[in-house]
Amino acid sequence: MAEAPLVEMRHVYKRFGGVHAVEDVTIDLFAGEVVGLVGHNGAGKSTLMKGLSGALPIDGGEIFIRGERIDIRNPRDARHHGIETIYQNLALADNLDAPANLFLGREIVTAMGTLDDDAMEHEARKVLQRLNPSFTNIKQPTGNLSGGQRQAVAIARAIHFNARILVMDEPTAALGPQESEMVGELIKQLKSEGIGIFLVSHDLHDVFDLSDRISVMKNGGMVGTRATADLTQEQALGMIILGKLPEEQPAFQ
Amino acid sequence: MSEGARTSARPKALTDGAARLLAATEMDPRLLAMIGALAVIWIVLNVLTGGIFLSPRNLFNLAVQSSVVGVMATGMVFVIVARNIDLSVGSVLGFVGMIIAFLQVDVFPIDAAWNWPLTIVLGIMVGALAGTWQGYWIAYRGVPAFVVTLGGLLIFRGGAFLITDGRTIAPLNQTYQLLGGGIDGSIGALWSWILGAVAVVTVVVMSTRARAKRRKFGFPTKPLWAAVGLIVVSAVLIITFVVIMNSYNKPRTEIPRGIPVPVLILIAVVVGMTLLARMTKFGRYVFAMGGSPEAANLSGINVRRITLWIFILMGMLCGVAAIITTARLNAGTNSMGTLAELSVIAAAVIGGTALAGGRGTIPGAILGAVIIQSLDNGMVLMSVSSPMRQIVIGVVLILAVWSDVSLNKVRQ
Repeated sequence: MAEAPLVEMRHVYKRFGGVHAVEDVTIDLFAGEVVGLVGHNGAGKSTLMKGLSGALPIDGGEIFIRGERIDIRNPRDARHHGIETIYQNLALADNLDAPANLFLGREIVTAMGTLDDDAMEHEARKVLQRLNPSFTNIKQPTGNLSGGQRQAVAIARAIHFNARILVMDEPTAALGPQESEMVGELIKQLKSEGIGIFLVSHDLHDVFDLSDRISVMKNGGMVGTRATADLTQEQALGMIILGKLPEEQPAFQ
Repeated sequence: MSEGARTSARPKALTDGAARLLAATEMDPRLLAMIGALAVIWIVLNVLTGGIFLSPRNLFNLAVQSSVVGVMATGMVFVIVARNIDLSVGSVLGFVGMIIAFLQVDVFPIDAAWNWPLTIVLGIMVGALAGTWQGYWIAYRGVPAFVVTLGGLLIFRGGAFLITDGRTIAPLNQTYQLLGGGIDGSIGALWSWILGAVAVVTVVVMSTRARAKRRKFGFPTKPLWAAVGLIVVSAVLIITFVVIMNSYNKPRTEIPRGIPVPVLILIAVVVGMTLLARMTKFGRYVFAMGGSPEAANLSGINVRRITLWIFILMGMLCGVAAIITTARLNAGTNSMGTLAELSVIAAAVIGGTALAGGRGTIPGAILGAVIIQSLDNGMVLMSVSSPMRQIVIGVVLILAVWSDVSLNKVRQ
């Protein structure tokens, strides 16, 4: 048998009250691979990914990391297993500056156990400089920063701690074309470092540019997964709208 | 050039200068505005009272009066920053105070040397238990803090009455009374000077070390003149404070009183709480939770546990305030701390703590406590009636928050 996938989510369920937000979904991701996750609003993409990141723990099904079954009950568990997430709303504390947000929950402390703000600022400057060379006012509260700068903080937080698995939920939604391109370059670079990436996006162009495989969800269920090379954008759209695999679709006139 | 342009040039230069000074010293403009407001209030009250307000004797009393509210206000900053509220602090003060008095007089031998240290420790522990009780309902049972602590306001006030069925307990242990800052409850001139000197040295050492560390990392630092200026201003303030406290003598003697013990307790609490807020993970998490509870949770912070600890801390500080109050009264009465929750919340809010959470400082809350106490004290000196004083302080509370809100709008 081939090498176990980096991540495997099998027969995952998530209910809200009586509603199945995610129903019997199976999906996998290999090291150094980008899997694009697409579908309409409410298809269950974000909910599925929040099951992986611990923000909304799953109700049923199993999660495997490199073939080993693990429990993810909260974001701490996910971080512990090397799963990092860039949330759509970025999940920044707007009243804290960039270094404080970057290291939130994983602060650098001195020998006495107190916060080492200077060391955190030093590290933050290094990593943010890489993402966005013009971003120098990092001691501002993040609420005062531009959309691109806030995104840089959220991305830096996800990649700074040796993530093995990265979940990116609409990483370019708030960005201009130039910044989006930068995120695209970053994804390619992370991929070459062997990191597995789930890319949730509305933008089919982005997904086709960056993904190795594409998984389509509709109404909480998994429609199917295809290698990007074997799929046209029209076929993907068909999967999103009709919820059927390309073979089953009626031929377009 | 027209007349109008020339006249408007000067205020602009002035505001530019002020802005540069602010930027160079990295001072919080909000805090500076509060210091300005306090200075104005003090000068006006001094004029209205014919110079009595700023006399050493009155400033000594003002410092002692501010310490009870000040101690609790530091904890209220944490509570409010984390988007909660605590309406029970006055009742918890009364409850803990009654337990301390009851243990000290009715249970333990009153003159035993171990009596007062033991009752202090037990009192703070009871405060911590009260905080645990409330924090549990808020953090782990999801009952809003407003409701839990409103319940606590009734529960602990009732409890304070039941301990002795409403009977007042007095007098308390002789040594314990010193903690209230009475005639002998100060540390004298020599120790005040020693303490002042230690404080000045600490300021110098800490500023220099912080600067050296930022240099080492190659970060931008304040201009040298601003750094030195801040140290000089701090040193002058510390020395002035010691001189004033040493200028008030014990009755019918030439012996200076020095810094009163309750103020020492307040200083210790302020230093401890400031360090907690700014240098520990706990403090960082409190502010993160206030800025965005969701972000805090997604960053792996145990939001419930932090919430529980905030209320435990608040309970312990109510215990400290209860110690000062009972020692000052030399008695335990079941009405101690009635309505204190309002002064404490007002102090935090006047001191720049945002009720929406995420923003607030310990020094700001202390300034807020001093502002409220100054108004109250000054109006007492002017023989303003109690209802009238309440009205004035209520109006000041609204004005303080209004100015804060409008300042924020201007900045955006």
